Formats: sequence, structure tokens, C-alpha cells
Amino acid sequence: MALETDYRKREESITYTAQAAGQGETHELLTLNIGPHHPATHGVLRLLATLEGEVVRDIKPIVGYVHTGIEKTAETKSYWKAIPVVERMDYLAYYFNAMAFCGATETLLGVEVPPRAQYLRVIHLELNRIMSHLVWLGTGALDLGAISMFWYCFRERETILDLFEMSSGQRMHTRYFQVGGVFEDIPPGFAAKLTKFLDEMPGRADQYADLLTKNQIVLERLHGICPLDEQTLLSLGVTGPLLRASGNPWDLRKAAPYSSYDHFDFKIPVGTVGDNYDRFRVRHAELYESVKIIRQALEGLPEGPHITPDRKVALPPRHELATSMEALIHHFKLVTEGFRVPPGEAYYPIEGPRGELGCFVRADGSAKPARVHMRDPSFVNLQALAPMVRGNYIADLIATLAMLDPILGGIDR
Amino acid sequence: MPDATGLELTAHELRDANAEAVLGTTFYRGRAELQVAPAHVVEVLTTLRGKGYRTLASLHGVDYYPDEPRLGVLYELLDMKQVDRISVKARVSTEDPHIPTATGLFPGAEFPEREVFDMFGVVFDGHPDMRRILMPEDFPGFPQRRDFPIGGEPVLFTYNEENSYGKWQ
Repeated sequence: MALETDYRKREESITYTAQAAGQGETHELLTLNIGPHHPATHGVLRLLATLEGEVVRDIKPIVGYVHTGIEKTAETKSYWKAIPVVERMDYLAYYFNAMAFCGATETLLGVEVPPRAQYLRVIHLELNRIMSHLVWLGTGALDLGAISMFWYCFRERETILDLFEMSSGQRMHTRYFQVGGVFEDIPPGFAAKLTKFLDEMPGRADQYADLLTKNQIVLERLHGICPLDEQTLLSLGVTGPLLRASGNPWDLRKAAPYSSYDHFDFKIPVGTVGDNYDRFRVRHAELYESVKIIRQALEGLPEGPHITPDRKVALPPRHELATSMEALIHHFKLVTEGFRVPPGEAYYPIEGPRGELGCFVRADGSAKPARVHMRDPSFVNLQALAPMVRGNYIADLIATLAMLDPILGGIDR
Repeated sequence: MPDATGLELTAHELRDANAEAVLGTTFYRGRAELQVAPAHVVEVLTTLRGKGYRTLASLHGVDYYPDEPRLGVLYELLDMKQVDRISVKARVSTEDPHIPTATGLFPGAEFPEREVFDMFGVVFDGHPDMRRILMPEDFPGFPQRRDFPIGGEPVLFTYNEENSYGKWQ
């Protein structure tokens, strides 16, 4: 009897208002392990979260589960054979990886890339950027519960992969960029198919915005959630859309143009407060800008060779092998040993889909690089996760991780 | 990039502040590099940070085997206002691979320094969390060193590898 009245009294004392988080043994912290095999971590990322109720008090990312030693492997391959290996680091930005590595090698060699090759590179880089952002948008929206976005984004991504297949033969890890230019000129029909895609893409991006930006659930999950100010981001070395979302218009395509980016007219989308909504909006706006760049590059595509005529670096055309002894020798030397690179060091930064992607190459005079290091933006940006989510709900952690867009292949290399 | 003259002026300025800090300069293919004594690396980075190089773009290790001192730690600094880059290199030996941490200046150096420790065994004194980051915690050796052999480590199926179908080597 007494027990029952006690219970009723306790029941009446419950107020249903949020209690201020206190300290002591009644407010224990819970350590929760998320991942490495968890669909919301976008790969094999493990997070050790310290929770107080539903609030994240601290978080430690643990990485290394897909470390495959690509940098070490690249040291045992000649320069042109290292390209397909480094492409596999950040598996959504393979053209960017190849561009950074080829750029560093070209700097060391002092090779001039012909204008047509530079434009073809820009076309493929920007297509790759759209593709990467589409995967981010699709999987990011999936984390917020919007499964339809996933199908729409992957439909457009498929068109891009078909274009990659047309120009290089592969859908992913295309090995299209070579030291000194690109592997082949674009085939007949590529331009028409690309133009069709470019006409379609802005309308599709409008549709994504219509689906998401008027959706109450998406807005509440993104608006004002986990902002991080510009100064903190800069001190952590964060670059790319995350930094631009906080209002800093730093973009290497504008700041230090490479591969003829200065020939094109495009804008850099920036955010204001740097919350999840800004991160979403900045990447979404970049879809339109990339389309603009590709269109200009396709219309202004210069005539000329698609790879450097320097036979010491680039393979001679196939038809020359039957008639020219010189070409045969060059072909043999390149295929067996590869080209030698004079000793030196180069750091070649480009603007990847996630930020500054820099490739450091040390040459020791042999045909193999003595050191290849990729400064991968995901690896550095992941450090910003803890300051972003501290003091926020665990549900917002998932949304923030999606908007951070880490690629574990790039983090672990 | 600062041009070759600009690099020399910066080096002179750093030498005026501390005669032992800068060991040499290299200007190659548009890349300016300062070679710095490992004990004074934080001092040099602080000065450069004050001169506008406020972002640490990249931090990585290099093994210069067989040259001595073998290991190099490279800091790629970036000035976002002037769009200018400068590299700082500090060489340490494998016998005494200690260098002060740069996390006090650039909090973003935490992960890259852990990676350099993981791959090359360079210990960053004062780092808040000096552990391996990519390799397993109990991994022996430092895999990116040049004398670390490439190839497999024993796994479950290594014992009959020689007889396995498709073995061609």
C-alpha cells in the first residue's frame, strides 16, 4: 500500500520539462562507439562519442580501417604506373588525385601541357566535381531520411559515369590523365552527349533544391545546426566548401589558377554563418558553377595535341611505331623503364571537391618517385568534426558528418 | 611563391633573429624552401606565421635514406592574403627523432603529425595525443621509411602460399 502511494507521489512530481544537465553520479557520461561498420559514417569511420543523455560532449574519430599503403606502393612503381594507384585514394575524386600527382610530376619535369589537354582536364575535373557532390547530396540526404534524393542524384551520376566511360573506357578510376596531357582525345559523340547533360543538369539541380529547401524536416535538421566560425576552421586547416560556407571565399581555382582555370568565368559560392545549411547550399550552388565551367571549356576547346609532343615523357602515337625506329625506341623505353625525373621536390595543390588536395612528390633521379604524399582534404577536415558537434544532439552529429563529406579512402590512403 | 630573392630576404631575417635557426635555402621550380634546425622549428614557424603565412596547408614526412640525417618533416605554409606559399623543412636522425610539435601554433597539425609519427617514427614533443593513427596500435616498425620492406606480412594462408594455384613468381 505504502509502496503504491509512494509511486503515485513520484509520478506527480514529474514535470516533463527539460532538466538542466548536472554533475555527479546521477548524470553519468556514456561512451558510445559508432562504427566502423555503420551506414551513417560514410565508410569505415569509427567514432567514439561521449554522451550526456543525448548530447555529445566529446567525440574522437578513429581512422585507419581502409589504410592500404598507397603512398608506399606508389614508391615502387614508375611515375606513369603510379597514376592508377594514387587515383584510388579518394575514390570519388579520382581525376583530382591524378591531376595533383601529374601536376607535381610535370612541375619536376618542366613539361608544358598543351592547351587542349588543359581544357580536357578541366572538363573532366568539373564533371568529377559534380559527380562527387551528387554522391554527397544523395547519401547526405539519405542520412536525413530522404531516400528519393538518393535515386535522383545517382541517376545524374550515372550519366557522368557514362561520359567517363566514353572518353576513357572506365567508369571509375579512369587513368585518363597522363603526365603531359591526357590519354586520348574525346571521341566523336562525346561533345553532343556532354552538351545534353549540361542542358539538363541545372534543371535537375533546381529540382533537388525544390525537394529539399522547402522541406520542413530537412530545414530543421540543417538550419543553424553545428556552425563553426571561420577562424576556427582556418586554424584547423579546413579548406573547400566547409570553409567557404563560413564566408571565406578561398578557392584555389580562383586564387592560384592551374590548368587554364583563369580562362573561365565562374563564381565562388560562399555561405554566411557556416552551419549545415550553408554547407549544403554552397555545394549545391557549386553544381551550377561547374556546369558553367564545363560549357565554356567545351565551347572554347582549342585545337592541337591532347598530350605533350615530348617523346621522352609521353608515348608516341601507335601509327608511328610501324614506320619510325625512333618512336619504337621511345615506346620501349617508356613502357619498360618509364621516364626519369630530375631530383627535386614539388608540392602541387589543386582545389578538390572537398578542399585543397595537394600532392607532394620527391624525385631522386630514378624512374620511380622517392616519396608520394597526398594531402587529402578529408583527412584534415575530419579534425573539425569534434569542435562542430560538441554540445549538440547525437542526431545532429549524423547530419553534420554527412555535411562534412569525409571520404574514408582519402583519409586512410 | 616568394621569388628567390624574397626567400633569401626571409632567411636573412630569420638568421638575424637567431643565427642557428636557418641552415639553408632551396629554390627549385618555383618552390621556396627553408631548411631549419629541428630545435628551432617552432620559432621559425611563429615568425613566418607573423609574416602572414597563417595556414598550415600540409605537413608530411620524407625519408632521405641513405642521406643523413635521414628523416625530414615538411611544413607547407600558405598565406591566403598574398596567395603565397613557403616550405619549411627540418631534418632529424633516426637515432634521435624528436621535434617540437606545431599544434600550439596550428591546431590542425594534430592529425598530420600523428601520421608522420605513424609512418616515419618522428616523435613530436608536446603533442596532445602522440599515437599511431593509420596503422594498428601494435604495429612494429615505421612503414614509410625507405628501408622498411615492401611485401606481405604473414596471414592465415601464408604457410602454403608457394603451392597455391596461380603462383607465378
